[in-house]
Amino acid sequence: MGLVLLIVICIITFTSIFFFLARTWWFPAGAAAAAAALDHQFVNTGVAMGIAFVVAQVGLGLILWKYRDRGSSGGAQYYSGETHSEILVIVLAAIGFMAMDIGVDVLGGHLWAAERFRPAEAGATKVEVNAMQFAWYFRYPGPDGKFGATTPELEDASSGGEGAIGLDSRDPAAKDDIVSGIMVVPVNREVEVILRAHDVVHSFAVPAMRFKQDAVPGLAIHMHFTPTRTGDFELLCSQLCGLGHYKMHGIVRVVTNEEFDKWLAAREAEKQ
Amino acid sequence: MATHEFAAEASHAHAAPQGFIRKWIFSLDHKVIGLQYFFLALASVCVGMFLSLLMRIHLIWPTAVLPFLGEIKPETYLSLVTMHGTIMVFFVLTTAPQAGFGNYFLPIQIGAPDMAFPVLNMLSFWTTFLAFVAAVTTFFVIGGAPLHGWTGYPPLSALQAAGPGEGLGADLWAISIALFCVASLMGALNFITTTLDMRAKGMSLMRMPLTCWAWFLTAVLGLLAFGVLLSACILLLMDRNIGTSFFVPLGTINGQVTAHKGGSPLLWQHLFWFFGHPEVYIAILPAMGICSQVLSVASRKPAFSYKAILLSMLSIVTLSFTVWGHHMFISGMSPYSAYGFSITTMAITVPSAILTFCWLATLWRGKIQFTAPALFGIGFVSLFVSGGVTGPFLAQPALDIPLHDTYFVTGHFHLIMGVASIFGIFAATYYWLPKMFGRMFNEKLARLHFWVSFAGTYAIFMPMHYLGLAGHPRRYSQLTEVGFLHDLIPLQKFITFAAFITIAGQLIFLVNLFWSLKFGAKASDNPWEATTLEWTTATPPPHDNFGGHTPVVYNGPYEYSVPGAPRDYVMQTDPEIEPAH
Repeated sequence: MGLVLLIVICIITFTSIFFFLARTWWFPAGAAAAAAALDHQFVNTGVAMGIAFVVAQVGLGLILWKYRDRGSSGGAQYYSGETHSEILVIVLAAIGFMAMDIGVDVLGGHLWAAERFRPAEAGATKVEVNAMQFAWYFRYPGPDGKFGATTPELEDASSGGEGAIGLDSRDPAAKDDIVSGIMVVPVNREVEVILRAHDVVHSFAVPAMRFKQDAVPGLAIHMHFTPTRTGDFELLCSQLCGLGHYKMHGIVRVVTNEEFDKWLAAREAEKQ
Repeated sequence: MATHEFAAEASHAHAAPQGFIRKWIFSLDHKVIGLQYFFLALASVCVGMFLSLLMRIHLIWPTAVLPFLGEIKPETYLSLVTMHGTIMVFFVLTTAPQAGFGNYFLPIQIGAPDMAFPVLNMLSFWTTFLAFVAAVTTFFVIGGAPLHGWTGYPPLSALQAAGPGEGLGADLWAISIALFCVASLMGALNFITTTLDMRAKGMSLMRMPLTCWAWFLTAVLGLLAFGVLLSACILLLMDRNIGTSFFVPLGTINGQVTAHKGGSPLLWQHLFWFFGHPEVYIAILPAMGICSQVLSVASRKPAFSYKAILLSMLSIVTLSFTVWGHHMFISGMSPYSAYGFSITTMAITVPSAILTFCWLATLWRGKIQFTAPALFGIGFVSLFVSGGVTGPFLAQPALDIPLHDTYFVTGHFHLIMGVASIFGIFAATYYWLPKMFGRMFNEKLARLHFWVSFAGTYAIFMPMHYLGLAGHPRRYSQLTEVGFLHDLIPLQKFITFAAFITIAGQLIFLVNLFWSLKFGAKASDNPWEATTLEWTTATPPPHDNFGGHTPVVYNGPYEYSVPGAPRDYVMQTDPEIEPAH
């Protein structure tokens, strides 16, 4: 039985590890400035925890095999685990893990701080992300750089676009606001997203950008990321928001600066 | 230490009842109440597992028409998600190891004739039962069970118009959880008082089996955590029904402006997770105690470093109240607080690693007998490690950004909170079944059950981590809408087939359990040659646990293979032995 346990535990351990190493299923190719460092931190953590995983599992298997009851007269050896040397081993193991914790806290914390402790750069492209059951609308402030007022009373989901987010056309700042069903942003320029939810909590997730942030009713959450590749990237809702949660997805289209300006100008022209 | 024979005897004034109703239904006997909890958890786990089976079927055959149930609609899928989580977390993982086994064995293991407050104990079971009835009833009311997930984030859970199931179903859900909280608070008080006041002579705190420590610490966790969830549920019910706005700001739902303004959805998340994270340890601490116990018995050695195990459990209890924010890294709370929550969360790796080390060291140089409880104890250690090592990924707010709300999280918490705890429950069931029912189980069937469960569990939950890496979000009822999810369907199929086999494997357990109750070989008083007090009394134990006398304790709980002792175990009631090292 000890040997079977050892073999089964080893099979489970090395199969699990294999698929991590082979990257059979892995993060989508990064498309934002933060992706590389984040992936790197994932791999570093993976190495540390992978070693702990293999050592503990294989150690367990080996102990089970070696110290199985063989029916001979020899008994187990009495260890209380409370002699000085035994406690020292425990303390050393604890110190080892504390050191690992501190390493992880510092490195991982640094990444978090870099992403979330500072506001967006001054020249960032501003996009207000509006989430509602079960659609995304993206608003651009237009040439005046200001978002116009919105009110819940004016919301009309069936009219889509400006109506869906309740844009108040009486507000002068609203005159040049652009509302789009897909999110278009320029490449290599920071995007400041302002996340708003109109009904329940949603979450704006773009796996390729390694970006995810809840949109919470009552809050306007400011975040930023910098796309580094042009193309269409899938955006999905990752916070349970109701029966249509599974189909609340969209596109983040990253284009060149020129294409972005052209697109924005065309939308402005349409609006006038 | 103080002994409390007077208190013990005075509180146990009730005599053995004769009538069926007082003996088996409204019983004051902690053993009967323990069994009631055990069978309630068994019924619950069957329901919870059935719901997960439907979920798995729906995920890979979304248009399948099932007998009696028809086609599973997206909202029905979310109801299944909600109730699977609710039933499993509350009525299985909290009920079986703590209320079930704790009720039955805490008094016996400390040498008490009953719990401190038998009437409160009965009340607490029947309140739990009512909570279960309310939970199951949600499926049968108009609109069906709620679809807001077991975490019930408002405004989704607070607005009747937010979706099907958010009407009466959601009210019943909140009432069910509130009742469960009340029951757990009563239970926690009882456990704490019993442990502190009802120990037999000689049963000092440091001679208590680690199971008793685990139940005691779990009760402390419960006392501090369930009160908060109870308040949150009451506030939610008020938001839903009497127009308050604790959790709902100004907004719309279904095209209508809501009648609320000024509430904070994040307030619920804080309250919920202030309970929710300790709840993880409420589920797993008893399993840690049970694991320490069965591994010591199986390896015929003391649990390696009683004090280190105890200190680790104590640290986990303390830390568990400081980490709730790691569920909320991307919720919109202050990013600075994420930093602090990350540090406390990472700190939990230290006691967890020490525990793992102690369990391995318990087996080290032992004479390991691979009995069914030992196998499940070993499985617990393996699963605890596997579920544990993914914790430090999720504890880092930066890495949580891509992983949050993906199947990576689902895989992580199912391994560590779900299945590891379930393995603890199985270890406890096989270990104590002879004592509780006086019958032995079929060892071959029990081993087969272990192998199917062990391999099956890994086959189900390990691939979920890969799904999460690829960005697969949780709680998606259909995988056909988002492009990259198509590529992951083969892996989802694999998981569903693994679930079929693993669930079928649980039938082996049910057959073995009920067959043993009726036809199992008669169990001796101490079939495992274990040392703790439950093995000193008759099988099954008499009404007052020790047949008219109170045991006196002279030894620690894990004196196995003591050098110079006549046999390889020294009962706690045996004459005092010299401490050996």
